[in-house]
Amino acid sequence: MLTVILILFPLALSLILISVRQERAIRQLALAGSVAEFVLAVAAFITYKTSCHCNLLVTADWLSTLGVSLKFGMDGISLMMVMLTTFLVPVIILASFNHSYSKPAAFYSLILLMEMALVGVFVAFDGLVFYIFWELALIPAWFICAVWGGNDRIRITFKFFIYTFVGSLFMLVALLYVYFKTPLPHSFDFQWLYAARLTPSEQSWIFLAFFVAFAIKIPVFPFHTWQPDTYTAAPAAGSMLLAGIMLKMGLYGMIRWLIPVCHNTMQQFAPVVLVLAVTGIVYASIIAIRQQDMKRLVAYSSIAHVGLIAAGIFVLNPYAMQGAVIQMVSHGVNIVGLFIVIDLIEQRTGTRNISDLGGIALKAPRLAIVFLIILLGSIALPLTNGFIGEFLLLLGLFKYSMIFAAIAGLTIIFSAVYMLRMYQRTMLGKINEITALTTDLSWREMAALIPLVIMILWIGLFPMLFLNLTADDVIQVLNYCR
Amino acid sequence: MNLTFVVFLIPIFPLLGFLILGMGFRSIPKKVTSILGPGTVLLSFIFSLFTFFNVHNFAGSPTQTLFTWIHTGSLQIPFAFLIDPLSVLMLLIVTGVGFLIHVYSVGYMKEDPGYGRFFAYMNLFVFFMLLLVLGANYPIMFIGWEGVGLCSYLLIGFWFKNHDYNNAAKKAFIMNRIGDLGFLLGMFLIFNTFSSLSFDQVFQQAKAMPMGDPTIIAITLLLFIGAVGKSAQIPLYTWLPDAMAGPTPVSALIHAATMVTAGVYMIARSNILYVLAPTTMSVIGITGLATALFAASIAIFQNDIKKVLAYSTISQLGYMFVGLSVGAFTGAMFHLTTHAFFKALLFLGAGSVIHALGGEQDIRNMGGLRSKLPKTYWTFLIATIAIAGIPPLSGFFSKDEILLHLFEHSSLLWIIAVVGSLMTAFYMFRLLYLTFFRSFRGTDEQMHHLHESPRVMTTPLIILAILAAFGGLLNLPEIFNGGNSLSGFLAPVFADSAVLVTPETPMSLSTELLLMGITLIVVLGMVFLAYFRFVKNEPELLPDGAKRPSLVQLMINKYYIDELYDYIISKPILWLSKVFHEVVEIRFIDRLVNGVGNMVVWTGNTVRFIQTGNVGFYMFIMILGIILILFLNILI
Repeated sequence: MLTVILILFPLALSLILISVRQERAIRQLALAGSVAEFVLAVAAFITYKTSCHCNLLVTADWLSTLGVSLKFGMDGISLMMVMLTTFLVPVIILASFNHSYSKPAAFYSLILLMEMALVGVFVAFDGLVFYIFWELALIPAWFICAVWGGNDRIRITFKFFIYTFVGSLFMLVALLYVYFKTPLPHSFDFQWLYAARLTPSEQSWIFLAFFVAFAIKIPVFPFHTWQPDTYTAAPAAGSMLLAGIMLKMGLYGMIRWLIPVCHNTMQQFAPVVLVLAVTGIVYASIIAIRQQDMKRLVAYSSIAHVGLIAAGIFVLNPYAMQGAVIQMVSHGVNIVGLFIVIDLIEQRTGTRNISDLGGIALKAPRLAIVFLIILLGSIALPLTNGFIGEFLLLLGLFKYSMIFAAIAGLTIIFSAVYMLRMYQRTMLGKINEITALTTDLSWREMAALIPLVIMILWIGLFPMLFLNLTADDVIQVLNYCR
Repeated sequence: MNLTFVVFLIPIFPLLGFLILGMGFRSIPKKVTSILGPGTVLLSFIFSLFTFFNVHNFAGSPTQTLFTWIHTGSLQIPFAFLIDPLSVLMLLIVTGVGFLIHVYSVGYMKEDPGYGRFFAYMNLFVFFMLLLVLGANYPIMFIGWEGVGLCSYLLIGFWFKNHDYNNAAKKAFIMNRIGDLGFLLGMFLIFNTFSSLSFDQVFQQAKAMPMGDPTIIAITLLLFIGAVGKSAQIPLYTWLPDAMAGPTPVSALIHAATMVTAGVYMIARSNILYVLAPTTMSVIGITGLATALFAASIAIFQNDIKKVLAYSTISQLGYMFVGLSVGAFTGAMFHLTTHAFFKALLFLGAGSVIHALGGEQDIRNMGGLRSKLPKTYWTFLIATIAIAGIPPLSGFFSKDEILLHLFEHSSLLWIIAVVGSLMTAFYMFRLLYLTFFRSFRGTDEQMHHLHESPRVMTTPLIILAILAAFGGLLNLPEIFNGGNSLSGFLAPVFADSAVLVTPETPMSLSTELLLMGITLIVVLGMVFLAYFRFVKNEPELLPDGAKRPSLVQLMINKYYIDELYDYIISKPILWLSKVFHEVVEIRFIDRLVNGVGNMVVWTGNTVRFIQTGNVGFYMFIMILGIILILFLNILI
């Protein structure tokens, strides 16, 4: 039951929010609701850990003639993603309080609507339901970016919408095709879809269709060109939702769909995907080195980081797969942290251009410390969350191919180059007229950032809680390829 | 007291110090900071001493586990410490020398507005350094390895208003990270080969491997790349001279006594792997020897007191690697120890001089400080004699042990190494003479303000001077009726590899004495040569950019290595970044995508409606749709 409540609760909340008029009340309600949602997710986690390995399944008939059922459940991987989503949404809402957006009711209810769709994607155990939530997530994301975004938002978000939408259509076609290949009576149930009988050439086509959909969403090089523009033009909360959570839909989809359904072709396509992913890591890192706009810099760094995660999924061994799942969480935490910090700097100084900034650490030491910790997480310093994921990912990659690991490993050098450059130009150096009036973090801003800092250190120091959660499921997924 | 508990307390104290000072550095009064900063390190030192006296109790179970850090599949990384003579020796150096430098910093950093922040970083450094030396497996060592790199970054750029310093800090971090990638890949290969990353299991299995096994060679080379970065060897040494931008106590602690020796420690720790890889040993030998000579030759013409010491450190680290490369693990660790004493002392002495001169670092503007700063002078003199390798001070014995092993290996290598010693003696005495002899060449105002440093700074100098003078006693060779006590102490650690090193024919005592004599005579010759050039006669002090013979010009400009790196690495990457972004990204990939996209727009006129309209309305429709879908079930 908890699984369904996790979906319905944000939906109900967003409906209530539209009718609230007072901005203060809207904010408080949105925050309180999203925190409650997180508590529900924690409750689900505890239930999962303590009770049977029943995957918290909830099934209801729906369009049963077509073999579609409302089947929701959570294994360890789903649970990780749900925890990530419900953990980040309150942080994102809290971080948005600094802005006074027009039509606040619509804004906050869209965020919650998006939360619902994201949770839906992660807990769906039925193909068509998965697809519906997948598309549903795009709509609030698009509205948030198109209505509250920055310059040139209409053109950019239009491109984003079309691009990812086209990708999803490929997925729909593939999904329907697989459906018709399931044993009779046809069903969209995951287990049935996994059991579909596909010839190798069919699997190749299905693979390509799914892959394009996921690769665009993640995005994997060279399907990434919508991403830097969109992250840059989106409002802060939009960038956070897209980069922190939504792109994980693509990675999650790869684990949930590509591996079990296309199990025979995975190995065949793996070298191609690895070349793309590893190229993307180096390519995006090198571009990030010269970026002036902090948001764009982080956008490119994200392409590099998720490229490594995608590569880790395709080497099909438990080290990299465990690393991929934990790195999905870490990347979400870190990039939301980075976007919050960038947003705070932009609010205080009016610019995100690193060459206009400098010396902020003198005016805002707390901000500087928090920024440093988040940055260390994203450059994967040991004892931060980023290290656990990247260590396992690179180790898994190494087991597959030493060359790929060595090239992908360049990310630990490049990330230090561009991240420290950003830190130096903004936080260090002398104060100028733009940064002269920068104030330090308020309590409310601290409240948004501290949970992220705690997560960075917690995963870095004691990752076993997280690794244990997914250990069995990762093996199970990989068994499809044996 | 429970021994395991004691061991885990050692790094906890500085960590606590960091947390307290780091959270409250703006509100904690200076007096409290002055006690807390050095105090935590002193506690660690006391517990390290306790561990030292009980090290035999750990012989049965040297690995102490706290909890499982990472465990997935067959990868098992416990958060565990290894207590054996080697790690205990490092513990004593790190906490002992570290404590003295912390005390010194109380005086040195007194006027600095970032006083609390400084001690927070220093404590954090000690914590990570302790993890590095205590780790019972490569990943725990790697935590410390990267952690000290972070602290180095923070402390080099301590005065962060100055972007030159920040650039130096960034350079140090990035160059270290290049090495760290090697370390990381080395770890992966170890895991691939031995299915473990714990020292005991890896070394146990390695013993059974054949000599010259290609995998072992690859592992050791990759790990060595890490050591090259951390210990500033060719080609990754250029960050260390720039790192002198940090406060002088930082240079003493991190960039002389402890962090930069981590590479030496790591190889000594992995001694079994290395003796099985003769190819790697040759690479280490060549790298170390080349670095020792190269850096020494640059040091001769440097005029910044700290830069001379920085190049000297690079050169001395080169000697340690040379020692490792011929299997003289004890010799390398012995030199590491004495070097920690005298080089920390030299840096602190230099700090005392800089302090007295109000920030002046150019030795051309010094001179005659002997009478004004007597304690600094005497301690600096002791350290100079020690590093130059003149008996009976510590450096003589430790360097000699390496040289003798080298001679057993090849007399040519020995000659080259002795040439390096000559240069060491020359640049060190040049430094000493220009700083403390003849008359003062600075401004009248500086002259007026000249003062000996306060007791809190000179006391650590004196203690270090005693250690630098008598440190040789730690491992007196038999020839001087010594018991080789350090060798005996460390023997269990190197026992397995000692079997594998082909025993050389033992050198006769007369040869040993002869070699010592030759070295000593040429070194003393250099001391006198420097005396004639810089004390007896008016020293020739040319301003920067003066015309010099081209070879000298080359050395003054540090062989243009920084410029070379700029041209072959930094510039091409920046160019590539521009090309990727402006050509590949915008003109190619994105244009292709837009082309496809435009076709979609052209055909799909129906999607136009989403460009206009009322958000609330769409949301209403959407939510209605969702509800409808959910209830479709009942309707059908």
